[in-house]
Amino acid sequence: MLELSGIKKSFGKIEVLHGVDLSVRAGEVHALLGENGAGKSTLMKILCGILHPSAGEIVIEGKPHTFTDYDEAIAAGIGIVFQEFSLIPYLTAVENMFLAREIRTPLGLLDRRAMRKRAAEIIARLGIELPLDVPIRNLSVAEQQFVEIAKALSLEARILVLDEPTATLTPGEVEHLFHVMRELRKQGVAIVFISHHLEEIFEICDRITVLRDGEYIGSCDVADVDNDRLVEMMVGRRIENSFPPKTGPAHGAPVVLEVEEVQLRKGGPVSSFQLRKGEILGFAGLVGSGRTETALAMLGAYKAARCKVRVDGVEKRFSEPAEALAHRIGLLPESRKEQGLITSFSILQNISLNNYAKYRKGGVFIDHRKEREYTEAAMDQVRVKSQGPMSRVDTLSGGNQQKVVIARWLNHDMDVLIFDEPTRGIDVGAKAEIYTLMREFTAKGYSIIMISSELPEVIGMSDRVCVFRSGGIVATVEGDHINSEEIMTHATTGRVENVA
Amino acid sequence: MSHDANTETGASRSSGKAAMAAVLHSPLALPLIGLIVVSVLMGFASDNFFSVSNIMNVLRQVSIVGILAVGMTFVILTGGIDLSVGAVMALSGTIAAGLMVNMGMPGWVGLLAGLGVGLGLGLFNGIMVAWGKMPAIIVTLATMGIARGLGLIYSGGYPISGLPSWISWFGVGRVGIVPVPVIAMVIIYALAWVLLQRTAFGRHVYAIGGNETAAKLSGVKTQRVKLAVYAISGVTSALAAIILTGRLMSGQPNAGVGFELDAIAAVVLGGTAIAGGRGLILGTLIGAVLLGILNNGLNLVGINPYMQDVIKGFIILLAIYIGREWR
Repeated sequence: MLELSGIKKSFGKIEVLHGVDLSVRAGEVHALLGENGAGKSTLMKILCGILHPSAGEIVIEGKPHTFTDYDEAIAAGIGIVFQEFSLIPYLTAVENMFLAREIRTPLGLLDRRAMRKRAAEIIARLGIELPLDVPIRNLSVAEQQFVEIAKALSLEARILVLDEPTATLTPGEVEHLFHVMRELRKQGVAIVFISHHLEEIFEICDRITVLRDGEYIGSCDVADVDNDRLVEMMVGRRIENSFPPKTGPAHGAPVVLEVEEVQLRKGGPVSSFQLRKGEILGFAGLVGSGRTETALAMLGAYKAARCKVRVDGVEKRFSEPAEALAHRIGLLPESRKEQGLITSFSILQNISLNNYAKYRKGGVFIDHRKEREYTEAAMDQVRVKSQGPMSRVDTLSGGNQQKVVIARWLNHDMDVLIFDEPTRGIDVGAKAEIYTLMREFTAKGYSIIMISSELPEVIGMSDRVCVFRSGGIVATVEGDHINSEEIMTHATTGRVENVA
Repeated sequence: MSHDANTETGASRSSGKAAMAAVLHSPLALPLIGLIVVSVLMGFASDNFFSVSNIMNVLRQVSIVGILAVGMTFVILTGGIDLSVGAVMALSGTIAAGLMVNMGMPGWVGLLAGLGVGLGLGLFNGIMVAWGKMPAIIVTLATMGIARGLGLIYSGGYPISGLPSWISWFGVGRVGIVPVPVIAMVIIYALAWVLLQRTAFGRHVYAIGGNETAAKLSGVKTQRVKLAVYAISGVTSALAAIILTGRLMSGQPNAGVGFELDAIAAVVLGGTAIAGGRGLILGTLIGAVLLGILNNGLNLVGINPYMQDVIKGFIILLAIYIGREWR
């Protein structure tokens, strides 16, 4: 039905897919597995014409295709349901399904009856019932997904890609989705199913293809593998980066930050954790497992259903990050461009942003000489390579940008720094420098929470690791238990307790 | 070059070529070129244009919109907008006049009350935007209606005249050859420059317009900064009201209709990005003067006032278009 072979993809000089194969038969549900950043999404974007492969070929029902855009992929029978829906919330299911290809009467008006009838037929194929006449935004997430699927089917899709469809569904809704998938399988539709939840793979899938770091690892029948084997295929044995030696907190180091309970959404899991002085606590888990939200909730930058924080044993409630800063807790956000830097500012202005209190004259004015002195000292300390403090921050490499964000916090006598994806998009050399800086910080008595999707980094840097899954912490591991198999197992198959 | 080009240009001064490039890439370059081109054209079109008295006249005419545009610059730099400035100015002047004339209060009490009205409405806008999390364009549109309506209710729709004669000093007085409103405008611009370029508050204003999320996450009190910029805009509206009241010698509830648009035009012509984060207060001054010269020049040449609006509209579009290509 669908054969992808030798697919390669490079962005600039960096190759992210190194010759990937994927073969999907009609009437099967095929799981595409891999860690964050393994190349699943890139592969699917190539399949539907959004990205163009550097090499390799796409064959559908024996015919080779090269898609120049999404529309051509749709015409070839491919339908894809992305994690973020492409539905218009104020239109009904019928209107969404026929958007931009509305059926019209001879007068050019909308033929609403014909569209409704056609929509009802397709939805009947799914073996479900859906309200057709209310705006999409009044439907549940699962129902919206069914509308997306129905839309793809109305375009005669014979290959359906579901990109993490279960990530936002309740267990009941997942069952419902699987029911629909089985219906479609019976009708000969080929389904590519992406999910991080291994038990779902065993429940619904027929075959599996595993990717790791852009490499094709292998394909097999679900019946031939077990949980451990899958995790091993996903994680592999990889060359460890060079990390500075773990020093760990001093024996009996005091708890500087304690989160007694945090519940991100009403009805979701409730988690708690402690951070000791001089410790690096890793937050591991899949994208969307609630790591960043938990950190933001502590600082008052995310509205959690419940959040109880103790700083040095005293209960605190922060309503904005400025208050957390006053208690010496700072965040280095995951997306430097969108959350970390003011890209139109110079290096100096970016570092100064939360430091003005340190160089005032006359009460209100900026002491520009002191500002510059301080900035240069901070830049030296984190070893920013640049044309000088006045150069614009968007002219720097990713690693140097990250150092600028770090420099902002240097002079605050911080107790707790939260690094969210500290080395994302940073080259290997700069990564090592960032790791060294983090250890320098803990040696000074800072405590660090490191949120990371890169397992080697979590393993190489953390003194303890909290593993997140579905919005809460499912396990906290330390010592020898910090290894990829154990963390991945918790991240993908751990038990989540829901508390009302 | 970033918007802080005037604070320090770093090492780029090393050669003449680099200096030229720095000038041309300064955000002030384009507004300045526009100002020069329009002035020269007007100079050819009218012998009178470059006379000292005409220049002072232009600056005096510019002063009210020029002062409104100061507050507008702060607001737009954070990525907001303030549509209420004209109506707030009218209400502030009307209440000041009403207190003096109808309540028999001393002039200075009236003026202070007028400033209080501006500050109060500015704070109201700021609270609604920063804590109410409503879009600035809607909040200030509503405030515009509220302020305009309150002014009409308070005055019954008629101008309130019979002010103490010294009030006229603010509108038509002179120090030497320089009109008082022009002096006021220059002082207000100087203060604004200090605030924006020399204080942490100013840097936070730019930071919010540049990337509000990053500013907030790094510990900037974004809500307070936003409150402050709308409050500043309210105060500059009230300061403009004092000049207006002095010039008209009455509180005019119908004054300043459409001035918010002139103020926005001045800010944008001055090179400030409408999305915030980039721009200079000096650019706004140039933008305001540019608009004033256009008004004055088109009058001197004797172009039909209806046609003047059309011409101004196209000139603004052209200026913005060139500005986009420039970057």
